[in-house]
Amino acid sequence: MSGHVHRDDYGARLGMWLFLVTEMVLFGGLFIAYSYMRYRYPAEFHHGGSELNVTLGVTNTIVLLTSSLTVVLAIVAVQRAERKRALAFLSTTLALGLIFLVIKSFEWGAKFHHGLYPNSPHLATLPPGEQVFFGLYFTMTGLHGVHVIVGLGVLSVMLWWVATGRVRQDRYIHLENSGLYWHLVDVIWIFLLPLFYLAA
Amino acid sequence: MSVSIEHPAEAHTEHPGYAIFIKVWLVLLVLTGCLVGMSHVSQTYAVWGLLTLTPLKAGLVFYFFMHLKYEGPLFKVVVLVTLGTLLIFFALLFSDVAFH
Amino acid sequence: MTTHASTAQPSYLVDTGTRKGLLAWLTTTDHKRIALLYLYAMSMFFLIAMGIGFVMRLVQLTSFQKLITAQTYNALFTVHGVIMIFLFVIPGLSAVFGNFFLPILIGAKDVSFPRLNLASWYFFMAGAILAVLSLFTGGGAPDTGWSFYAPFSLKTGTNVSLAVFAAFVLGFSSMLTGINFITTIHRMRAPGMQWFRMPLFCWAVYSTAWIQILATPIVAITLVLVILERFFGIGVFDPAKGGDPLLYQHLFWIYSHPAVYIMILPAMGAITEIIPTFAKRTIFGYKAIAFSSMAIAGVGSLVWAHHMFTSGMSGMALMLFSLLTMVVAVPSAVKVFNWVGTLYKGSIDFQPPLLFALTFIFLFCIGGLTGVMQGALAVNVHIHDTYFIVGHFHYVMFGGTGMAFFAALLYWFPKMWGKMYSKKAIYASWFPIFIGFNMLYFGMLILGLMGMPRRYYVHLPQFHTMHVVATVGSWFLVLGLLMFFGTLLYAILKGEKAEDNPWGGVTLEWTIPSPPPLENFETIPIVTHGPYEFGAQEGKS
Repeated sequence: MSGHVHRDDYGARLGMWLFLVTEMVLFGGLFIAYSYMRYRYPAEFHHGGSELNVTLGVTNTIVLLTSSLTVVLAIVAVQRAERKRALAFLSTTLALGLIFLVIKSFEWGAKFHHGLYPNSPHLATLPPGEQVFFGLYFTMTGLHGVHVIVGLGVLSVMLWWVATGRVRQDRYIHLENSGLYWHLVDVIWIFLLPLFYLAA
Repeated sequence: MSVSIEHPAEAHTEHPGYAIFIKVWLVLLVLTGCLVGMSHVSQTYAVWGLLTLTPLKAGLVFYFFMHLKYEGPLFKVVVLVTLGTLLIFFALLFSDVAFH
Repeated sequence: MTTHASTAQPSYLVDTGTRKGLLAWLTTTDHKRIALLYLYAMSMFFLIAMGIGFVMRLVQLTSFQKLITAQTYNALFTVHGVIMIFLFVIPGLSAVFGNFFLPILIGAKDVSFPRLNLASWYFFMAGAILAVLSLFTGGGAPDTGWSFYAPFSLKTGTNVSLAVFAAFVLGFSSMLTGINFITTIHRMRAPGMQWFRMPLFCWAVYSTAWIQILATPIVAITLVLVILERFFGIGVFDPAKGGDPLLYQHLFWIYSHPAVYIMILPAMGAITEIIPTFAKRTIFGYKAIAFSSMAIAGVGSLVWAHHMFTSGMSGMALMLFSLLTMVVAVPSAVKVFNWVGTLYKGSIDFQPPLLFALTFIFLFCIGGLTGVMQGALAVNVHIHDTYFIVGHFHYVMFGGTGMAFFAALLYWFPKMWGKMYSKKAIYASWFPIFIGFNMLYFGMLILGLMGMPRRYYVHLPQFHTMHVVATVGSWFLVLGLLMFFGTLLYAILKGEKAEDNPWGGVTLEWTIPSPPPLENFETIPIVTHGPYEFGAQEGKS
């Protein structure tokens, strides 16, 4: 309302990075909780990890890494005013993000099928350490999944904006910041893979 | 009088191209392979893989994909302060857990 | 720099856009209006929580226990704590005076992200409304205390889930404000406003903002875990499932101790603005104060487990945290010495803001020193979970942050509304506030040393006399606070017009009209010297 719209891309990126700081600390709290519990129950975590599907975990890692690559390539394309390429890259990212979620849901579904979910009768029969392992597994991958969904929403908007020219060669800060968010989601998964799937 | 505020103009005038990011992606895939491989050797290797390769992978994403390489010192300091803080939280918590 | 005789822009209080009245306020992105939105909301919450505290003191007269049951009492102290902490002292000076004066003090027209700023206020209000809803829905008002300790918070039938979610939303608001302020200080400083030319309030807000973004997410995730635990039983804090309540305490205090510094740092910053103005002297030790703010933010984040000395932590952790707790007193003391050093040989102009600033220093010193006492392990075992703790943190939070809030309000009041309050009425309100405060909270310190546990509905006969003293003190205190707020409210409505610079201050806010115009500065000032150069000012005029 006060009409002093001034543009500060550097400031916008700084703001985004500071937001990512809060995200890092948010997951950092969970990683701290994880290490606290793993220190306490090393054998149970080892055993719990062996119940997870390494193939799916690694596949999802590759999917997310690739989706990260296509986002950063989309930025390069926008910088070079290659709109069609940018749209192709961003669409690939969205598709990969969806694939990630589909794989994830199969994985969770299998766990539920085996009675491995919080408060399940089967889980209650397992040793306490394993109950905590699965509690953390569902919490951390679940919260990560929520971030993937949010990221997909944001990137869909970016796809729209690139298509309509709102994001373009001389103005792509929104895409850059959305990309930053998506990369952070990727980084968190980079940590989740060895903590859960490769713990065995 | 020297004016202290940085000008909002872009810090990096020369944008990186496609090739560098594709190379980084290939390295990331190789590192993931190594990580999985190490975890199959033994528990000790798995833990070492976790402690070395994972931060390396995350670092590559931060440095290249997230453009930290092309940003000024402020952004690097922000990230380091965050990681440092988490590390200290972690260490102080373990001053309790590890000495029980 | 001091000429502003004719200003083309109307005051920010005048609606200039297409929207008028309440709607114009609720959709504003002007940092000054957002500050007032925070202030009005927070004053309301403060008065409600004050009323609850008043009732809690009445319960300790025992004759009122027919009206208030033990379960209600549990709800009362929980709600009093939640409102005071999450809705008043944490946002406190940062959201009100930070929003209003940070941009002005650095010579900017607004914060970096004005729309995000408004969004933060809506998050704040949403959190506040959820907190209020939690009292009347589900299983009733939470009865866990504001700290929501597991495993009780996981098992109680009261509506902890909603209250915890409210705290989560409030945390989100706090983080967004922090992001905004850091970016603003990095990006929006006027030409020539170098880091060491910023008024020290900005340094305090900057340090606070860093704690807001580095510590708040930890409590956010902890509270999410409590909710998940209550709904899905994930077991991380539940000992029956292998979880550990101590992990909850660690995670909770990793945020909630630094939160104490979120509350006190901007308060110290405001005091640092007030003292030089009324001593007519530059601040003693500018850099020491600036760096001590950063040091408090840093070291203050590393002392959280001193809330857990009796929880059975390892000896190593006990020693470490005790030591770090003592260390954090050092930068706080540096500030106190610098304030006193500034007053020394100043030409002191004794006005209401200075009175409350000095009250702050006095009460904060008692609060700080009793804090050091508790940092000693042996003493802590004796006074843990007694009224001593309650007395101590009220000295710090109310005697510290609260008094500084009042001092800042008195100091900046003429600038914010362009009106002046009755100084006599403020002096008159000070006496009951000061006397009542010390009767109430020093009474609590003594009760604690005698062994009175906190959060108890009933007490043994030997504690009764001191309880009566404290309760009577609370009456004085409430009377004084009502006089104080009444005076200011009257001044907003009917006060006489204030001058642009009633105190003879030299920082940038005193160079613009009262109340400030919409965009603060007609032309962005060019800063050529430090913030408190009274000599330079006199030389010019």
